[in-house]
Amino acid sequence: MDGLKFVGQRIPKKDAPLKATGEALYIQDIKVPGMLYGKILYSKYPHARLLKVDAAKALALPGVKAVLTGADVPNNFKFGFLKDNPPLKSGKVLSTRDEVAAVAAISPEIAEQALSLIEVEYEELPGIFDPLEAMKEGAALIHEEFKSNVLKMPWKFVHGDVEAARKESAFIAEDSFSTQWVTHCCLGTSGCIASFDVGNNLTMYSNTQIPSLAQNDYLEALKTFGLKNRRVRIIQAVIGGGFGSKLDTYAYEYIAILLALRTRKPVKIVFTREEEFLATSPRQCTITKISQGCDKEGRLTFREIEMVLDNGAYTSWGATTPSVMMVPISSLYKVPNVKYTAKCVYTNNTYCQAFRGYGNPQATFAIESCLDQLAEKAGIDPLDIRRINANEPGEVTPQNFRITSCGMKDCIEEVNRRLGWKDKKGKTGDRGVGMASLIHVGGAARVYKSDGCGTIIKVDDNGKVDVITGSSEIGQGSDTIISQIVAEVLGVSIDDINVINNDTDVCPWDVGVHASRTTFVAGNSALGAAKKIKAQIMEIAAKNLGTEPEELEMRDGVIFSMKDKEKSIPLSKVLRKAHYTLGGRMLVAEHFYDPPNENFDQTFRGNLSVSYAYGAHGVEVEVDRQTGQVKILNYIAAHDVGKAINPMLLEGQIYGGGLQGIGYALGERMVYDKGYLKNGNFLDYKMPTVRDVPPVQAVIVESDERDGPFGAKGIGEPGLVPTAPAIANAVYDAVGVRIKDLPITPEKVLRALKEKAGERS
Amino acid sequence: MKKEITFTLNNEKIMVEADPKWTLLYLLRDVLEMTGTKEGCGYGECGACTVIIDGKAVNSCLYPVMEAEGRNIVTIEGLMSRDGELDPLQKAFIDEGAVQCGFCIPGMIMSAKALLDGKKDPTDEDIKESIEGNLCRCTGYVKIIDAIKSVAGGR
Repeated sequence: MDGLKFVGQRIPKKDAPLKATGEALYIQDIKVPGMLYGKILYSKYPHARLLKVDAAKALALPGVKAVLTGADVPNNFKFGFLKDNPPLKSGKVLSTRDEVAAVAAISPEIAEQALSLIEVEYEELPGIFDPLEAMKEGAALIHEEFKSNVLKMPWKFVHGDVEAARKESAFIAEDSFSTQWVTHCCLGTSGCIASFDVGNNLTMYSNTQIPSLAQNDYLEALKTFGLKNRRVRIIQAVIGGGFGSKLDTYAYEYIAILLALRTRKPVKIVFTREEEFLATSPRQCTITKISQGCDKEGRLTFREIEMVLDNGAYTSWGATTPSVMMVPISSLYKVPNVKYTAKCVYTNNTYCQAFRGYGNPQATFAIESCLDQLAEKAGIDPLDIRRINANEPGEVTPQNFRITSCGMKDCIEEVNRRLGWKDKKGKTGDRGVGMASLIHVGGAARVYKSDGCGTIIKVDDNGKVDVITGSSEIGQGSDTIISQIVAEVLGVSIDDINVINNDTDVCPWDVGVHASRTTFVAGNSALGAAKKIKAQIMEIAAKNLGTEPEELEMRDGVIFSMKDKEKSIPLSKVLRKAHYTLGGRMLVAEHFYDPPNENFDQTFRGNLSVSYAYGAHGVEVEVDRQTGQVKILNYIAAHDVGKAINPMLLEGQIYGGGLQGIGYALGERMVYDKGYLKNGNFLDYKMPTVRDVPPVQAVIVESDERDGPFGAKGIGEPGLVPTAPAIANAVYDAVGVRIKDLPITPEKVLRALKEKAGERS
Repeated sequence: MKKEITFTLNNEKIMVEADPKWTLLYLLRDVLEMTGTKEGCGYGECGACTVIIDGKAVNSCLYPVMEAEGRNIVTIEGLMSRDGELDPLQKAFIDEGAVQCGFCIPGMIMSAKALLDGKKDPTDEDIKESIEGNLCRCTGYVKIIDAIKSVAGGR
């Protein structure tokens, strides 16, 4: 792929100037004339009967325009994956983030004051905060209508004969691992403005990651509210971070819609930081039992995993994370026999959702920690057991994933070389090295029926190119990647390309920013549209130049004949000729790309993604035996990305994901005590600061994916997938204690060191 | 009761009526509608609202508006010259790939600006110290540090 002018270049992010000057408008910055401010009253208890919600005093406060309670939700409307979540609760509250009432007022201050005037009488009920308790026979039911606290989503994948393989294995390791709730901490909090026109058509200013799906959710809600056949337009503000948090619709959005309907005014709801912690949905905490075996040579013989996920009180799309957990469980390394079962369990805790990796980090923590245990039993170096079992191109995995490009071995070798593995592994002292690998979908994932994205390209009179894409920009750089691809195909400069990506009235359909899919799917979609528009342009140019389209090329906005350089015409002139000719035409092309990905069948088999992303992380740590503190001395993050369309932005994904992974591994944890969040602020929730950045190398491995745009695969999520087990393995190598419950805090390390010393004496 | 205060904002003297209960951030964002300065938490923990007051980086969400009297305040809107020339720090953040979602960036740049205005040749430690109160969830800070260094070195 020589001679590429834009693809592969370190081109600055298109919207960076807007953001670096403060001109970018986030939802916080947008005001609509006549706008009211909405605020939400949350439940005082994690589980209680609502005996009375009296809004009279709040309504009487000057400036208050509406107060809504559960009684004001029309036709028993509920949202969420299992439609179990009313936007305002009546009868019972099931968690401390349950919405009890909402106010719209002329200022945020008055709305806040009005909340304090709402009188609520509760009858507190005993809660269930442990999923294992909730699964016990006779446990009180969180949702009585479902007859069980275990969600009726039986996650079970079986391949081969695990029991027979277990008997034949030379070595077996088994253990239990658990992970904690962590939250996205988007610097821009969640928010929206709901606004209706005279015909009850809704315009929603939003920072959703899924405009097309959210549009559908709102349409469904309007229908339930008695407003059939209305239009919904979503205009996305600049999005202040996503990471999965905006991959579903939330109660506050429906509350804003209901308040706007009641008041006939636009209503804005923007979360405070405390609300962002309380009322957005974290990564699921998991309890995992795992066993893995290998033969004498270290080849994996089986993997068996049983998992329990705390679903919280309601069900979002997050309840489908076990489907993505299956990706590493069935297909990380070559493993012939696999059994996986998972249960999502209702509790009176916060309900969970998508967060970068979508279940993969939890599963990989168990698999890769346990793999080191197995390597130790087998007397094989952890790096070697990964080499022996590494995935390879051409492989078909137990879930029928067809592996195309695969740079896993290269990533492992990068870790080996850059970390100085052989010199450092197993040495005495307080330092140690650890590693872990990853597999993730690299060519999107058919989670929904469609995995597609549309692009429209139109070229105007002056030779400027408008690329109208369905894909959203949440900071990851899709605006730039798409521009690079289109510029490369057309032969125009990046600056001549304008990406429009934030308005459902204009933009084509897209399933959303998830599954690390945007470069792959939106990139391929843009690539297809660019080729089509190029053909149109060349056809007109050829007529004007008296040549054949095939001999024409465009560079820097000028079209010329490769046979006769004298024959040339600027793009702008071609366009004017198209427009200013009798019987003229527009230059518009569209392309919808939906990768040949497969939905899982009943047995959870199917080629979920047309390509898979790989990586390996290696880390050297030093453990302070006095304090239990883990210090990262060196961090290598090697990723097989197919092709780096923009190495600079790609490194940003790896660095950013990596530090989120380090936070997950070493410090971040939402502390819930009997349903109450105890650390819902930046003081007490330890999100990494610049002080937590270790020496880190982002290593790009290119494997040239045949189906990717210019060979590219996804990279959005992989950066944090293997971080925690790599660090846990390094801690074990350093001081001989294995922390099986994230995060690896100094207290846990100290306690484990003490226990180990006790064992020895 | 509102009171009149006078101060210099982005090189211009301004006089405003302000409620003593307001924070400087409220005045900037909600009254003057200068939304470049962001609010990420409202209690001084994230740094998104950083502005420069008399040469020092300050969380404007904690700063009582009456304290602004007579002071020299610079916000992100004040860094670009009138003919649209960006500050070298802004250029560096753009060119080094230090911007992702961008919500923290105005505050981050103001913290770095306060550092570089006071210290032409800061150490790595100085740079880390200058932005340790600025949270970023996207970038892992690596390219932000690179961007600041590139300007510090280039002076």
